[in-house]
Amino acid sequence: MSSEKIDVRYVAKLARIQLTDEEVQRFGSQLGDLLDHANALSALDVSSVAATAQVIESRNVERDDAVGACLDRETVLAQAPRRQGGFFRVPRIIAEAE
Amino acid sequence: MAAQSTAAQIAREVNAGTVSAREVTDATLERIDSVDGRVGAYLTVLHDRAREFADRVDARVAAGERLPLAGVPLAVKDNMCLTGTRTTCGSKILEQWVAPYTATAVARLIDAGAIPMGKANLDEFAMGSSCENSALGVTRNPYDLARVPGGSSGGSAAAVAAHEATVGVGSDTGGSIREPAAFCNVVGFKPTYGRVSRYGLIAFASSLDQIGPFSRTVQDAALTYDAMGGHDPMDSTSLDVPMETTADGLLDDLRGLKIGIVREFDTEKLDGAAHALYTRAYRDLQALGAELVDVTLPTADYGLATYYLIAPAECSSNLARFDGVRYGLRVDGDDVTAMYEATRAAGFGPEVKRRILIGTYALSSGYYDAYYVRAQKARTLISDDFKRAFGRCDLIACPAASSPAFPFNSKSDPYSMYMMDYYTIPMSLAGLPALSVPCGWVDAGAGKPMPMGLQLCAPLLSERLLLGAAHAYEQATNHAQTHAPRLDEAVVS
Amino acid sequence: MNASDKYEAVIGIECHVELKTASKMFCACPNEFGGEPNTKVCPVCLALPGALPVANRKAIEHMVRAGLAFDADIPAFSKFDRKNYFYPDMPKDYQISQFDMPLTQGGEVKYWLEDGTMKVCRLTRIHLEEDTGKSTHAGSGDGRIAGSSHSLIDFNRAGVPLMECVSEPDIRSAQEAVGYLDALKRTFILLGVSDVKMEEGSLRCDANVSIRPIGATELGTKAEIKNMNSFRSVERAIEHEIARQIGVVESGGRVVQETRGWDEVNGTSISMRSKEQAHDYRYFPDPDLVPIEVARAFVDRIRGEMPEIPWRRFERYRAEYGFNVKQTTQMIEDGALADYFDECVRLSKNPQQALNFVLGDLSRLANETDVAVVQSKVTPQEVAELIGLLESKTINSKIAKDLLGRMWAGAGSPRAIVQAEGLAQTSDEGAIEKFVDDVLAANPAVVADYKAGKTNVAGFLVGQVMKTSGGKANPPMVQALIKKKLG
Repeated sequence: MSSEKIDVRYVAKLARIQLTDEEVQRFGSQLGDLLDHANALSALDVSSVAATAQVIESRNVERDDAVGACLDRETVLAQAPRRQGGFFRVPRIIAEAE
Repeated sequence: MAAQSTAAQIAREVNAGTVSAREVTDATLERIDSVDGRVGAYLTVLHDRAREFADRVDARVAAGERLPLAGVPLAVKDNMCLTGTRTTCGSKILEQWVAPYTATAVARLIDAGAIPMGKANLDEFAMGSSCENSALGVTRNPYDLARVPGGSSGGSAAAVAAHEATVGVGSDTGGSIREPAAFCNVVGFKPTYGRVSRYGLIAFASSLDQIGPFSRTVQDAALTYDAMGGHDPMDSTSLDVPMETTADGLLDDLRGLKIGIVREFDTEKLDGAAHALYTRAYRDLQALGAELVDVTLPTADYGLATYYLIAPAECSSNLARFDGVRYGLRVDGDDVTAMYEATRAAGFGPEVKRRILIGTYALSSGYYDAYYVRAQKARTLISDDFKRAFGRCDLIACPAASSPAFPFNSKSDPYSMYMMDYYTIPMSLAGLPALSVPCGWVDAGAGKPMPMGLQLCAPLLSERLLLGAAHAYEQATNHAQTHAPRLDEAVVS
Repeated sequence: MNASDKYEAVIGIECHVELKTASKMFCACPNEFGGEPNTKVCPVCLALPGALPVANRKAIEHMVRAGLAFDADIPAFSKFDRKNYFYPDMPKDYQISQFDMPLTQGGEVKYWLEDGTMKVCRLTRIHLEEDTGKSTHAGSGDGRIAGSSHSLIDFNRAGVPLMECVSEPDIRSAQEAVGYLDALKRTFILLGVSDVKMEEGSLRCDANVSIRPIGATELGTKAEIKNMNSFRSVERAIEHEIARQIGVVESGGRVVQETRGWDEVNGTSISMRSKEQAHDYRYFPDPDLVPIEVARAFVDRIRGEMPEIPWRRFERYRAEYGFNVKQTTQMIEDGALADYFDECVRLSKNPQQALNFVLGDLSRLANETDVAVVQSKVTPQEVAELIGLLESKTINSKIAKDLLGRMWAGAGSPRAIVQAEGLAQTSDEGAIEKFVDDVLAANPAVVADYKAGKTNVAGFLVGQVMKTSGGKANPPMVQALIKKKLG
């Protein structure tokens, strides 16, 4: 886990955030610094340690298969940045395999 | 009813019919109208809605109901949903979003008689330690308007400190309740992870986020927590264990309790005045009958690095939904991907972008094990340290923040801001209940004494003991009462 | 040697099957097909800020059922993960799915071909996830995404529980692929875990297809075929893809790894985008959900409730009753009907006659009245009685047919009807002789024809006797008597 040169453009693409060249520069150097701090963790011996995804130890929290109330459609669509009839409308989707 | 009244006093009088919730609400709205221009605690003030809520409480009381928070003015951090009100997260991306449902915790407080006065400012999406990351407003520290109120729940803390609400609710992911409480001379309490439902709390980092109260007394924190805690079937991570009330468990002294002082949190590393203040605080605990024991948290130093991988990783995924499709800001683009990228570029501020980027990176192919999984393992070690420490003591005492509130724009480097949460992050990673209680004042320059907070932390689910002990300390020391807010000074920007 | 004889196809199939539950996977919105757009949504399935998922218990049970049907392992520990990618009909811009600890692992699907050959396809896993909403692409004229100017999104389907069944590459032909899918479909329907209505999109599948020279063990480069919306289109698309790849290789080219969309109308496939770069889904455990521990006792209980799985039933009917492939397949296509049939057999001990009634008259009546056999007023007990009446020659098959019609209308026990109405077949030679004499006397012209050598008119005379007797005369005795008298 050594200091990495982060491909900020690639990461921003994954995160769907457009960055200016200036931001690529700035975030690149800041993220590099932060990862240097994160790299402190390599000093820990975690070879026999279990990962904690959650601190609570709950299991099998499930609901009964029962139908409840839905939201009113007008309430839902009133907040849509763009709607068309009963649908949410978005710009064209460039065909891409999942 | 004076603005300085406690929640316990207000509820008692409203329930007794000697004052109405409507009168308390009107008085508080008046206070907000007169001081919030300087403090900036609220992003939205609910003038009409607050009166409607108050009238409903008065009707219920008139019908014979007795409500634990009858008529108590409440500040709600603006990352919690309240039906029909703007819920912004301090972000341009949600600036105009009106929640169509109410968060469980908020609904429970309203049901208990509390009156939401408004939606309080915060660092954007609760990411920050000063409120300076809010895209929608500036909140000032009521004890020095040139200083930050702390964050991310700075608006709630400032509102309670400036008597613009009697109690507040905030959310704490790595210290976002405790640090602003310390900065604003109020009590701020983060319960055990899973005690208070997160349903309707706009997620930052799901495995860390926890809602908790702000108040001017420990008793009020206990009353507020008792009203909103407990299992919620709408939140899978809400603990389905009996809810232990706390307001009836307040202690007068600390006899028989062992309080751990963490070797690694040596306050000599702090400023001299702060060191003296904490040294005295520990002595005060001892004077109340506690036995101080030396405990060690060898991996606590790794808390910051651990936290700043886990929280951004979760946030990178939690904030994906802000995409301009169903609600919130949209900046159009030629195709849907261009729309996403432009919307998120315009809608998120730099700190949010930074965390999304680092979190995306930590989860991405080839780095997942090196960063995210390693951080999860470090999290285990940190929790284990606390378990061992609590084998030797009942509570842990340490600073809530490494300094008093700092002036605006004084932390330009992200990491120096992250360092503000050095003392609070380990407890968050371990899911432990912890609070900050006022423990005295230091001269931070300009001749203005600034408050500091003592952090107390207890084993999982030990809220009753934690609040009980904090109450004993508060009653014996009474630091919060030493200075009043200084709201009449000129606002420096 | 024909080019296609030099290669074998290697096919793996990924199927998405919507689970049959009342409510969605992580919220209480109804899991129903169709409806006005965006009317079956709530804060959770619309991914409103602050909403949280809670898993549907029934969906998890369905997964265990599905796994056990194919002898899969049901691990003691399972969890949900987030699969992160942006798509406008996916509200959270991540999908709650299962990455490294699915609810079921391994297992095998046994299926058969039209000639009755049994085949096996191993399963990699079946995991649980949530469905997306639906996008309608506008402005391209043909509803396709290519060339569209914008899309309209309906989130009614978002959050419907979905199981993804991933097969090993054990399938060798388009026909096998259809046999495999048929096996999944009838098993899921039998278990009640899904309706499997492809036309409603409750089963969707993608196929990974590659070819290799016969005898080779190495796998060829695969293409992933999408957009197949019926079993017929799966068959056509796979056949097309195999031929396409053979064509590429035979003309000296190389198959490239890519995703191809099947175009049903034109019977061809179109390259969607080559997978030059694998997607980076950034899977991680969903912190909003807690892990699942599957108790052995729970698995045992579900196992105890399992019906007979179709392929076992297929083998049993073939081996024990000697039914042909077509009849057997038809019978077990509907598990409830096969249960009904099994009950008829248990009570009558006459599988062939039971099969004739169930697939014959009863199924016809079901079609005519639009009431399923199992839902009809005719009980297996009554069917067995009817079989008994036939076996004892108390009634003949014509009466039996009439009785079934009346039983369908709710007439009740056939034995009781026969007794009450004196429908029992008569073998009283004197009585039959009287009927025969009457008929011969009434039809002198026909009798003359017979005597002139047109012996085929005997059938008419037998029919007339049966009619005169009200169907009760024993037909073989009638035949014999007519022959004797005219002989």
